[in-house]
Amino acid sequence: MTHTHVDVRPGAYADSVTLLQVSRQVQQLPGVLAAQVAMATPLNLDVLAGMGLPVDREVSPNDLVVAVRLESADAVEETLAQVDQLLVQASRRPDTGTGGDIAPPRTTAAALRRAPDAIALVSVPGDLAVLEAMDAVEAGRDVMVFSDNMPLEQEVALKRAAAERGSLVMGPDCGTAVIGGLGLGFANVVEPGPVGIVAASGTGTQQLLALLDHAGVGVASALGVGGRDLSAAVGGLSTREALRRLDDDPAVELVVLLSKPPAPEVAAAITAYADSLDTPVTTALLGPGAPDITASAEAVLTRLGVSVPEWPVHGIAHPARHRPELDDQTGRWLRGLFVGGTLCDEAMLIASAALGPVRSNIPLTPDQALPASLTAAAHTFVDFGDDALTVGRAHPMIDPTLRLDHLARAAHDPETAVILLDVVLGHGAEPDPAAALAPAIQAVRQPVVVSLVGTAGDPQDLHRQARTLAAAGAEVHLSNAGATRRALELLGDRL
Amino acid sequence: MTISTVVTSGIDLLAAAVEDQAVPASRVDWRPPMPGTTADLAVVATDPLRADANRRALAAFLGVNAQLVDVAPAADLLGLERGQFLHAGPPITWERASGPLRGGLMAAAAFEGLVDDPEEAPPLFESGSFTLDPCHHHGAVGPMAGVVSPSMWMFVLEDAASGRRTFCSLNEGLGKVLRYGAYDDSVLTRLRWMRDVLGPALQRAVRGLRDSGGQVDVTGILTQMLQMGDEAHNRNRAGTLMLLRDLSPALATSGVGSADLAEVFRFVGGNDHFFLNLAMPACKLALDAARNIPGSTMVVAMARNGTDFGIQVSGTGDEWFTGPAQVPEGLYLGDYGPDDANPDIGDSAITETAGIGGFAMATAPAIVRLVGGSVPDALAATRRMHEICLGESPRWSIPVLEFQGVPSGIDVTRVCRTGILPQINTGMAGKVAGTGQVGAGLVNPPAEVFPAALARLARLTRERAATAPA
Repeated sequence: MTHTHVDVRPGAYADSVTLLQVSRQVQQLPGVLAAQVAMATPLNLDVLAGMGLPVDREVSPNDLVVAVRLESADAVEETLAQVDQLLVQASRRPDTGTGGDIAPPRTTAAALRRAPDAIALVSVPGDLAVLEAMDAVEAGRDVMVFSDNMPLEQEVALKRAAAERGSLVMGPDCGTAVIGGLGLGFANVVEPGPVGIVAASGTGTQQLLALLDHAGVGVASALGVGGRDLSAAVGGLSTREALRRLDDDPAVELVVLLSKPPAPEVAAAITAYADSLDTPVTTALLGPGAPDITASAEAVLTRLGVSVPEWPVHGIAHPARHRPELDDQTGRWLRGLFVGGTLCDEAMLIASAALGPVRSNIPLTPDQALPASLTAAAHTFVDFGDDALTVGRAHPMIDPTLRLDHLARAAHDPETAVILLDVVLGHGAEPDPAAALAPAIQAVRQPVVVSLVGTAGDPQDLHRQARTLAAAGAEVHLSNAGATRRALELLGDRL
Repeated sequence: MTISTVVTSGIDLLAAAVEDQAVPASRVDWRPPMPGTTADLAVVATDPLRADANRRALAAFLGVNAQLVDVAPAADLLGLERGQFLHAGPPITWERASGPLRGGLMAAAAFEGLVDDPEEAPPLFESGSFTLDPCHHHGAVGPMAGVVSPSMWMFVLEDAASGRRTFCSLNEGLGKVLRYGAYDDSVLTRLRWMRDVLGPALQRAVRGLRDSGGQVDVTGILTQMLQMGDEAHNRNRAGTLMLLRDLSPALATSGVGSADLAEVFRFVGGNDHFFLNLAMPACKLALDAARNIPGSTMVVAMARNGTDFGIQVSGTGDEWFTGPAQVPEGLYLGDYGPDDANPDIGDSAITETAGIGGFAMATAPAIVRLVGGSVPDALAATRRMHEICLGESPRWSIPVLEFQGVPSGIDVTRVCRTGILPQINTGMAGKVAGTGQVGAGLVNPPAEVFPAALARLARLTRERAATAPA
């Protein structure tokens, strides 16, 4: 007789990555059939309900939930004691050796007082991120807000305060920055070089970094500004400051502004500002009718006088006609399963030009939105890094379980014709994403195309990742646009 | 652009990724804020007035110099009339008053000659014949019960730059005293001597000193005593002796008879807490300079009446945010125990509000055992208080912490964000009227007063935003 136990602990807190580790460790304890240790966000409550571990009490997102299904009720006490132990271990920080007897700072303001030249990196829950970020701004420091889900009015207030003080706010929802060679958030390892990037997109920046790196072009800094910075409400406040910083940097010869289509009045003001700078600024727009990121990277190379290389491809996804065992399959849909929002968006733009409307949780038009199941009898594109899927949960570049789950489902769906994935490397991302993905890809009957976004210096080892994925049967592209076009080609073969 | 250190809050993996690149990460030990405060915190954090308002509040508070300029009866200074009594903490009625406050009021009624026996006083308080009002509403502060009646003499402190004044009664010493709720004959006899001998002698000395161009720089004495092992709440020994040093020549030439003079010296020199009643109004004088600045989240008063603990905040005017006063934890005198102690009482938490007392515990290792702690606890307590304060004092500094300034300007938002409550050193009064002091220890405000103040600040911010031109 199995036994379920759900424990709510108000006021306890650990970050989502720590809780992911603890959950995994609890799942491996003897007698544990299922376990989830998570903050009680609506998303996590849904996940718990889906696991058959519903929380039947009033809870707030600041409560910690410990939910387990056990082989028998006898193990409850022992298991909970183990959970406590694991939580304590997980939150223990290594002693830095200097002043170890001094309690760590409790706010960004207090930490910045102790570190006079530091910048701040904020990844606390989005409804509280403005507090830490404002600490940095008020101390006259720069801040990268990795957190998503910051309300727009808070972003506006934060950036106005920053503009008054000359601070740079990167984000919110800024996944990637490179500042003078230091990668923050999800950032690729790049050589120093003549390019400066101001970007409204994290994974878009990473694609650009990967392509420039392959072409042998280094990057001085890549400053993320958040996806809403060029909206009418925010007015490009961070974009201006970032442009100013790059213009001041003598190492920067060309600034690339990687942006979603700005609000028209903001576009005019930013263009005028960019024109007033000494350093040339080239704009790479993301969106319908604009060149894809690979084409933009090629334009940058051309402008720098660097010849455009062949974008590398590893392995080959066999068209259906070369795999007779698939002849009885009737699949006709393309399934895009992404961890990078901009990569997903770019793939949809390319695919919809060939296929017509595609369904997504980040749809190109609202009528193409996917239901909460994230599935439909259509070409579907899911961004697992979308805000709605990361509330109280680690980003899919860190926690692959949600996408692996959907990959298995897509593979089992007889209607699936081709699967398109992205894998993003760099600091912050999983240490070995191919290790988890390769067995899953091996089990897939349909052709699989992967865009593998990374640089030669990334800690995961780009070439080893490519080889592992190719050996599992995937066709691996450095260019996301290239991968998407290849998936369309394979889809055409099937139809 | 090169980065020396990254301060990280949130996902530890991102800090580890920074360290992997050989750049130090300073991790914030981040935790969720006090329950129910998230929305209000965001509103107040993004209030365009807040940062500048807090800067101005802190600067005004830190810029005040308190001088002792006079000593005189409360009737003359505050216009207090017979039957009017001041008390510590936020407003309270006789019905809700605790034992020590009732005992202090009974003593004061007898001292004023309104009743022959203190035991006859309660019906007159119940009936409303005698009226109560907080010291804080009259520019005054009083330790423990904080009872002030018209015939009691008070110190007058002045900020020369603004001419503002604050007031505090004279300290009676320890043990069975009015401020701890005792009202027997020894209490009344001492009060009468203070009225007839001590007050007039101090008045002559202070006026004489003033007329000859000298002064008693209370803020300056505080600066020195903090470097001499006093935290100016539970230890005032160095401060008391420096006061005597400053006043002795003027006392000697005041014309007061030598027998009375000797008694004055004996009384002041024998009461290690005498200076507390100068430290407190000096703190109030400084903090009052920070009052009524729209948008400021700085606490300008913490005070207890033995039943309620109240705070006032710069940006919310004279409103009190109150919750139940807590029973301190600490050491007990004789065979008294926790059952004998009254909940927290007194305006003396004005010292902590100003960054000394419990906030400066690191500088007073001599008394850490009195309040039941250790020396490392004391260092940790002061460091912890920096977490909830807007800044540091440029003149009140602590040698053992490399002369770091004391934590200054309690910030309501930081208290709500961190859940760290102000640390207060305090005496403990017996809960039965007439008992006197039973111990000393540490206490915190009730947590709920800070979210309540935050909610009010947030409401004011929203109202300003709604009426401001777009």
